[in-house]
Amino acid sequence: MAAPRHAIDWEALSLRLIFGALAAIAIVFLVGPTLIMLLTSFTASQSLKFPPDGLSLRWYLALLDADQMQAAAWNSLVVAFWTTVLSVVLGTAAALGIARGRSALARACDVLFMSPLLLPALAFGFAALIFIHKLGFSPNIPFLVLGHVVVCVPFVLRTTIAALSQLDPALLDASYSLGGGRLMTFRRVTLPLIAPGLGAGAFLAFMASFDNVPVSLFLADERTEMLPIHLWQQIETNLDVRTAAVSGLIVMFTLLLMLLAERLAGLTRQMR
Amino acid sequence: MTSSPTALLLPLAALFVAFFLAPLMVLLALSLSADTAGTSLTAANYLKFFTDRFNYSILWDTLLLGVKATLVCLVFGYPIAWICARASARWQSVLVFLVILPILTSVVVRTFAWIVILGRQGVLNQVALALRITQEPLRLLYTEPGVIMVLAQVQMPLMVLPILAVLTKIDPNLADASRVLGAGEWRTLWRVTLPLSLPGVIAGCILTYSACVTAFVTQTLIGGARLIYMPLHIYQQAIGANNWPFAAAISVIFMIAVLAAVALLTLIGRKSETYGGA
Repeated sequence: MAAPRHAIDWEALSLRLIFGALAAIAIVFLVGPTLIMLLTSFTASQSLKFPPDGLSLRWYLALLDADQMQAAAWNSLVVAFWTTVLSVVLGTAAALGIARGRSALARACDVLFMSPLLLPALAFGFAALIFIHKLGFSPNIPFLVLGHVVVCVPFVLRTTIAALSQLDPALLDASYSLGGGRLMTFRRVTLPLIAPGLGAGAFLAFMASFDNVPVSLFLADERTEMLPIHLWQQIETNLDVRTAAVSGLIVMFTLLLMLLAERLAGLTRQMR
Repeated sequence: MTSSPTALLLPLAALFVAFFLAPLMVLLALSLSADTAGTSLTAANYLKFFTDRFNYSILWDTLLLGVKATLVCLVFGYPIAWICARASARWQSVLVFLVILPILTSVVVRTFAWIVILGRQGVLNQVALALRITQEPLRLLYTEPGVIMVLAQVQMPLMVLPILAVLTKIDPNLADASRVLGAGEWRTLWRVTLPLSLPGVIAGCILTYSACVTAFVTQTLIGGARLIYMPLHIYQQAIGANNWPFAAAISVIFMIAVLAAVALLTLIGRKSETYGGA
């Protein structure tokens, strides 16, 4: 059933057109909302209307006096920092164990460590709260960080294991045969080679922790307000334009970090 | 000469046993008890869930919501991955950057952006009114179609990235061979590319589905208080009603349901791998 030549061309064209149109819609759909929100945050008026009535920086300047939001942002940054540090240290060690281990234990650990990505984080947050209560403790920052590590460490593991699997074992053998010890080989050979993967994973873990709601909802104590929860409550109760300004700052901050991560670690390559 | 792999696993394994598995066990135990102190063993919480229409319809709605949002992600996500896989290295980086931009931007912020768009005086209603598509402002916030649309946007990257990973690994000679043998572009897509990329599609579906059903922030902000899905139900029972044993039972039921869906998709994925021969 050989089709005439012009029919084949038409078919190729129709596929490109339909797929191109769907992809174009999807890209607009992916990027558009964030752009619209960013522009809205520069509004000069009291309402969140798009297009904004005039542009100004007044809502960004208003953030200078927003003590509650500043405190929440600081808490979130501190928790995200410690979560990232712990995730990188524990995650790198575990990634080495999983990538080198062929045992059933290593494979079981791989599944276990990745499962927080699939399980409902809110159910885990609640379970952790019950657990802490049963032990006779109250929620506090160290518990919150541990909870964040559980849900953020999969990001470090995934990119680091991928980087390790591309590491040529001959390089390690060369280092050992030249008299390099385990620690020296790790520091001078393995670490520099997996650094981009590790860096991308650390970046993802940091962003995931900074943005976490379901775990923080249960494990943050009453006095410690976290930024995403504060924003979530603000959006649910009263739509304050300052919320848009904070959101705008988060978007710009994220974009800056992403460009940096792309430069330093080749983020888009690590994510594929 | 390599260092012992098992020892390296231990620190994280210890954390997961102490602060992931142990809490889940405590959750399971509490779901089987009558009160928070956990004195007596009972199945009452589970019976209450499955005999009350209000409860089990929330579970059903949540699982269905995930299916709908995942399908939207697939319909739009596959073409992005397909075009991305064919683009030059430079364009590929740009496209991947645009795809991962939303996933790294805070979910709260992204959902908030949609409120500006979907509200009564939002962008979408202004356009619809200007084009005279509708006389009255459309109600998009606090409706299920609204939740599906926003979930699709928020979780789309989880669909695109695994598909792209598989598509870039497929030998381009296979598609060429199909065309040389007289199959058109659509037939090649349907009979060659799509079957070979099924493992990526399944992986994408698993990630997207589990993310959509558990997306607490998006579900609550776009769905409002009237559209209740499982995560909000757990939160309301745990914090609002302070009924911990029942909230624990809902959590266990929800986790098992999500795991069952993931297992089903994995099974389909295994089947598809033998079928696709990849």
